[in-house]
Amino acid sequence: MAQGVWTIAEQREGEFRKITYEVVSEGRRLADALGQELVAVVLGSNMKDKAGELAQYGADKIIVADDPRLEPYTTDAYTAVLAQVVMEGDPAILLLGASAQGKDLSARLSARLGVAMAQDCTAFSIEDGNLVATRPIYAGKAYAKVTYVNSLPQMATARPNVMAINEPDTSRSAEVVDAAFNLDDAELKTKVVDIIKDEAGKIDLTEADKIVSGGRGMKGPENFKILEELAEVIGAAVGASRSAVDAGWRPHSDQVGQTGKVVSPNLYIACGISGAIQHLAGMSTSKVIVAINKDPDAPIFQKADYGVVADLFDVVPALTEEVKKYIQE
Amino acid sequence: MNIVVCVKQVPEVADAELEITKDGSQIDMEDLVMTINEWDNYAVEEAIRLKEATGGKVTVITLGDDEAEDILRRALAMGADDAILMEDEGFEGSDAFGIARGLLEAVKGLDFDLLLTGVQSADDGWAQVGLLMAEWLELPFASLVIKVESVEGDRIIVHRELEANQLERVELPLPAALTIQTGINNPRYVSIMGIRKVRNIEIKELSASELGISEKDVGAEGSSIAQASLSLPEEGEGAEILTGSMDEICEKAAQIIRERGGVA
Repeated sequence: MAQGVWTIAEQREGEFRKITYEVVSEGRRLADALGQELVAVVLGSNMKDKAGELAQYGADKIIVADDPRLEPYTTDAYTAVLAQVVMEGDPAILLLGASAQGKDLSARLSARLGVAMAQDCTAFSIEDGNLVATRPIYAGKAYAKVTYVNSLPQMATARPNVMAINEPDTSRSAEVVDAAFNLDDAELKTKVVDIIKDEAGKIDLTEADKIVSGGRGMKGPENFKILEELAEVIGAAVGASRSAVDAGWRPHSDQVGQTGKVVSPNLYIACGISGAIQHLAGMSTSKVIVAINKDPDAPIFQKADYGVVADLFDVVPALTEEVKKYIQE
Repeated sequence: MNIVVCVKQVPEVADAELEITKDGSQIDMEDLVMTINEWDNYAVEEAIRLKEATGGKVTVITLGDDEAEDILRRALAMGADDAILMEDEGFEGSDAFGIARGLLEAVKGLDFDLLLTGVQSADDGWAQVGLLMAEWLELPFASLVIKVESVEGDRIIVHRELEANQLERVELPLPAALTIQTGINNPRYVSIMGIRKVRNIEIKELSASELGISEKDVGAEGSSIAQASLSLPEEGEGAEILTGSMDEICEKAAQIIRERGGVA
């Protein structure tokens, strides 16, 4: 009988991405609710030493698939290896992150395994020994709780930055084992030519703890400088609404919203953003939202926790100075 | 190059007040206006651009009711050559597997080099249909495609949008499947005149039963995911508006940033 909760780790260039700790932590909570074991699966090249770290976040056992062909992520290789490892291990629950990689992998893996999958979930629980997943639908205008019908493992992905990360417990350790798998080069049809990196050191929006975002109210690309200054002072990433991206002021990769990045930072500061549903769908799970807009009727004030009704060109620079003062003190 | 694009009709929810049906199982669609799924619109545009550059033809397919013909006509007006409507009530309540199974049967018989879908749908957002079909058709695929760099011979190079401002350049042999991200292009405007011009193009209709799809495999009955309950998010009280002079407002806001954002 299917047993245990399995989580799939995500690494890039040998480092775990934040989503890995979130998924392992959530997996621990589900495993406790079931009274079962938590397994973390790590794919990559020379990841075995690094993999042990996941014990501190709750993994009881860590399975490592080590192969140079698993160093850069490719759907072909990861799906082939994971399908074998998962079928062999027969878990009750299989959890991944809803990151760019996780969304890609989870869909293909669910097809290979022939099991249902709930994408981009914001909450999980165990009821009567089964997984119940909550996911936003219709741009976050409704929430659906879903369950599985004769489909094992019960498979789901977790929205990045939503699941709380466990305090690492350095006294915990886990058994680290090698995965048994066959990987045939003939299966690897897709080839990663290279990765094009934008400005180095830019904070990833989906992992960011704080985000300062600008919309149509920014009036032009040059004005984003004032947001960048505030962002630098508080250590935030800079995002943009769709109208700012459509106007060509910011690249598509900076777009926060249903058709861009879905973010859930601790603090989201929306500047000159009216709050169209398409934008709200991408940021409404932020923990604290501050909106700055001169239109008191802007819908963003419905979703925000705090609002400033004023011209952002007055507020933002003054606010940056004010925060600087605090930091200097 | 021959390209097949799977499109979906979805309700426009931006300005709509959603309501849940009395039995609590679904969103009430009665008063909602239907439109083409946004990601799919970009996929149709990309297909037409590729066709314009390389020749071949574009076929659009949807699974839906009579009304779904609208989005097919729209795609034809944009420049697609053929349209297929898979109509069957049996598909209602399908999960991603059910939808993909239905589309697969229609796609299987077509001769194509590229199979495109949007990254996800705006309604259920499973983000799986294109990938499921790719797996069953044993096609190489790339998701989240934000640029088609080149098509040479039987290979295509595309850019995938990852996080952290990274793009991945991937090379795939054709035939291949891609899921298209918004922002890849600027979809052309469709005028009423344009739609009128294509009103006589015949839309091929297929039904699930004709294609040998069993009702047990699609629709709510064929789903491996069951919707236990639906809820609407709470309205919330709205923002606490900070008041006072500009200095006072900034001081309060800075305090919120410090305390809630953990800025030291």
